Amino acid sequence: MMTVSADPIDAGAALSAFETDIGGAGGIVSFTGRVRPDSKHGSVATLHLQAYSPMTERGIEQAIAQTEKRWPLSGLKVIHRIGDMAPGDTVVFVAAAAMHRRDAFEAADFLMDYLKTNAIFWKKEVTDQGVVWIEPRPQDYEENARWALTEDA
Amino acid sequence: MVQLLYFGRLSDVAGKSEEALTLPETVTTTTELRSWLDLRFEAEGALLEPTVRLAVNNEIVFDPHPVRGGDEIAFMPPVGGG
Repeated sequence: MMTVSADPIDAGAALSAFETDIGGAGGIVSFTGRVRPDSKHGSVATLHLQAYSPMTERGIEQAIAQTEKRWPLSGLKVIHRIGDMAPGDTVVFVAAAAMHRRDAFEAADFLMDYLKTNAIFWKKEVTDQGVVWIEPRPQDYEENARWALTEDA
Repeated sequence: MVQLLYFGRLSDVAGKSEEALTLPETVTTTTELRSWLDLRFEAEGALLEPTVRLAVNNEIVFDPHPVRGGDEIAFMPPVGGG
């Protein structure tokens, strides 16, 4: 259901495998996130993602459990890459299956929101302008919301 | 011995992403550990920032939390998401 790994992600193969696994559900929504070639820091050569196992995995598992509580789903899949990636490489793959399409769309969107903002990853961009660690701005974490999921563990 | 992990930009501050060392007897809490390491790395407060959270044995803790031999202690700057 959930994988965090430095192995390259083949989103097409992941979707195929997911379709086979979940069998007869009504609808499947999948999202593939790839490394952008440009950022506000310059032209991207490498994106480096760090995780802290097993805390990172535990956080994602909790987000998956929340998603499953909120929407009636017949399947959910998250694959997240760590390590060094080049522009165009797949960083994340999320798929949700449900009897009704809206549940699948919303579940995938909700999980992606978690993965993009609250998931425990540290991100470094190597661009033609230099090397920079990407962190949220102070106002983003003022409410401590970033930690709520892990502290509830 | 404790195992120390430095994530994100703190690996640049520490010049390494992890190390194993024996803490001095004066360091028994996360608060004392932050101060001791900040001086050791001449980090000018980078390890003292309240937004840098500490995890002891994979659980986020609040200062001052006891630290002892055998612990894995992680210094975690704010997470950037995936």
